[in-house]
Amino acid sequence: MHEIGIASSILESVAAEAQRHPGAQVIAVGVRIGELSAVDKDALDFAFECITRETEWEHLKLEVEWCPRRQKCLACEEEFIVKDLNLVCPRCGADNSTCIGGTELDIAYLELEEPCAKS
Amino acid sequence: MREVVEKKVLSENDRLAAELRQRYRDQNILCVNFISSPGSGKTALLEKTLAALAPTQAVAVLTGDIQTDNDARRLSRYGFPVRQIVTGGTCHLDARMIDRHLGEMNFRGPGLLLVENVGNLVCPSSYDLGEAAKIVLLSVTEGEDKPLKYPGIFHRATLMILTKTDLLPHVDFQPGFALENARKIHPEIDYIALSSRTGEGFDKWLTWLDALQRKFQQTAAAINS
Repeated sequence: MHEIGIASSILESVAAEAQRHPGAQVIAVGVRIGELSAVDKDALDFAFECITRETEWEHLKLEVEWCPRRQKCLACEEEFIVKDLNLVCPRCGADNSTCIGGTELDIAYLELEEPCAKS
Repeated sequence: MREVVEKKVLSENDRLAAELRQRYRDQNILCVNFISSPGSGKTALLEKTLAALAPTQAVAVLTGDIQTDNDARRLSRYGFPVRQIVTGGTCHLDARMIDRHLGEMNFRGPGLLLVENVGNLVCPSSYDLGEAAKIVLLSVTEGEDKPLKYPGIFHRATLMILTKTDLLPHVDFQPGFALENARKIHPEIDYIALSSRTGEGFDKWLTWLDALQRKFQQTAAAINS
């Protein structure tokens, strides 16, 4: 529902980063979206396409890495991916763990194409 | 060529929220952010809360809606400053809106800032407002599986309030099942069941809020010292 706003924030960051690389063309932006981030990947793809269409960013690719919820067991320190809402440690069976992944809403990288050096 | 960026998508909002959080600590303002679906009883809960708070206490309310100032009008009857944030289509409040309206309101601590977010269980969960706690409301006329359908907000909320408990005899809602679902997402989430209409359970909510305020003041004093 708020994916247009999220897409706009991504694009603002891309524009700001791009200024630091004059002459280079940004061809892709990589983002990480967590399972608990309340952002839907398909809606974000669609929003991104809508706001870049017929702009200078029309060919910019959005590369989304989907991040599942991960927990760290407080008893044995095992790190595990949560499946079917099961927070029980698969290694030692303890059910006290802390969330260490799944809330991501990050810009990870830009893919840049430098202008060809003139010979 | 790959350029590593590593920043939050909402870094601008997060930066402003961190500024607000610092201001709240400096001025001793406890800010809580109420989030729920439309119609879960956020405004009714706030009305009853304002009625219970001593008029000597500094309290301010910011209430967000896509359109109308109906909620601000309802909430302004209790003698505390209230401001309506009309988002004009935006489905959540962000830190910039809070900063602007708080500035115009000229509210100074020590005190309590109650923020009623736009009725929506999805988008408000992404936007940090610098609050000390997010509080999620779920009413007994909704489904017990809402925490599973909207895990983002139940994961981030410190407290879940079950509202409209006076209607329990008339609906099939099972509070225990709803709580079980919420704790599957967030095992440590606090829980209070109440009715803003009859006042049942309301003392527990006021005690919780009071305890949070004390804890906030202690933490703020420790950080600022």
